Amino acid sequence: MNGIHDMGGMDGFGAVHPDENGPVFHGAWEGVVMAASRVMGAIGAWNIDQGRYGIEQLPPHLYLSSYYHRWLARCEWALVKYGYADADEIAAGRSLRPGKAAPRGKFTMANLDRVSSRGSYARPQSAAARFAVGDRVRARNMHPRGHTRLPRYVRGHVGVVERLHGCQVFPDSAAAGEGDNPQWLYTVRFDGRDLWGADADPTLKVSVEAFEPYLDAA
Amino acid sequence: MTAMTTHDHHGSHNDHGHHHDHGHDHDGAASDLSETELRVRALQTILIEKGYTDPAALDAIVETYETKIGPHIGARIVARAWTDSAFRQALLADASKAAAPFGHEGRVGAHLVAVENTPDRHNMVVCTLCSCYPWDVLGLPPVWYKSFAYRSRTVKEPRAVLREFGVNVPEKSEIRVWDSTAEVRYMVLPERPAGTEGWSEERLAALVTRDSMIGTGLPRTPEGDGA
Repeated sequence: MNGIHDMGGMDGFGAVHPDENGPVFHGAWEGVVMAASRVMGAIGAWNIDQGRYGIEQLPPHLYLSSYYHRWLARCEWALVKYGYADADEIAAGRSLRPGKAAPRGKFTMANLDRVSSRGSYARPQSAAARFAVGDRVRARNMHPRGHTRLPRYVRGHVGVVERLHGCQVFPDSAAAGEGDNPQWLYTVRFDGRDLWGADADPTLKVSVEAFEPYLDAA
Repeated sequence: MTAMTTHDHHGSHNDHGHHHDHGHDHDGAASDLSETELRVRALQTILIEKGYTDPAALDAIVETYETKIGPHIGARIVARAWTDSAFRQALLADASKAAAPFGHEGRVGAHLVAVENTPDRHNMVVCTLCSCYPWDVLGLPPVWYKSFAYRSRTVKEPRAVLREFGVNVPEKSEIRVWDSTAEVRYMVLPERPAGTEGWSEERLAALVTRDSMIGTGLPRTPEGDGA
């Protein structure tokens, strides 16, 4: 979806404020929201793409609130959306009926390893890769209503395939609950002037990871 | 004891993330925070009462990210690469595999890629769509990495962003920005500072800042004036 989350190239957000030694959490509640989110992912309540899509669908004014406010709103939404709590329970602040069994059961101390390193999204290849390193490819001019990981700022532009990452879970399908639908994943490099015009920094190169369905030969 | 009460000593802080995301300040008042805290307590209570997890596990996740998984892991990886050329080659070829022994409990997740700064090329990492970050080697991302300013501007005007970090990359150097749009994660292998010949890995690791591994900083120098 063409949401507020797709920020590459936008103007108006001001300066970046470096912070070399800031705390991990600015308030205990942020840590709880992070941990709760990780738990629900680890027990299989929703996948990472469904979680991201949940945040993207927040009304823009809520998206713009703060990082962990977004995560909190997403958790409340996803609990109801995926059947792990009801709206009256969110409002009451407590459980009013038994919970739904999660695919991977209860998360306990014994499961900490599931949230302390990232999982693999690699899947067996379904077909030969369509593109090779060095190929020129055009990012499709596509505007799906659902979840996608092709940012707007590269759509329609030509880049060069720099690296293949094998077949991986296709977010557009996984977010829709349609399974992994593995697709080839490529690093595609663009020239800054192709993306931003003749006045752009001539030394700039930008790459994205692009799944094969996002690309055409150019 | 719940995760919330264990960590209530942080509760008096303002929500800095909010302020940085906006660049202005319109609803960061204490009443808003307490409403947020009530919602978080509700979320936590529901997860526990429904048996999805327990308070000890929630506490342990928070503690892991506050004390165990952080940029010290990445700094040790960089210091090893600076002192061991075979390791450097292995890291550049398959960072997930090479970095694993340095990870928390000997694990680093899949799809990690290390990109090397050279005199001709400076790398920067960003996630324009959300907040993808190599957290198993650098910890959770800092507020600025998640900020709308960093996410929007880095792919378009990286040198202006770098100047806000006090970093000036030579005009002839290529700026290479890696937008983390899938599950591949990037860490920058910065250049080893001059004047560190013969230094131990441990001493070198102390020069490696978090920001130098994302590309918004440079390692500290032996004189201590790194960005």
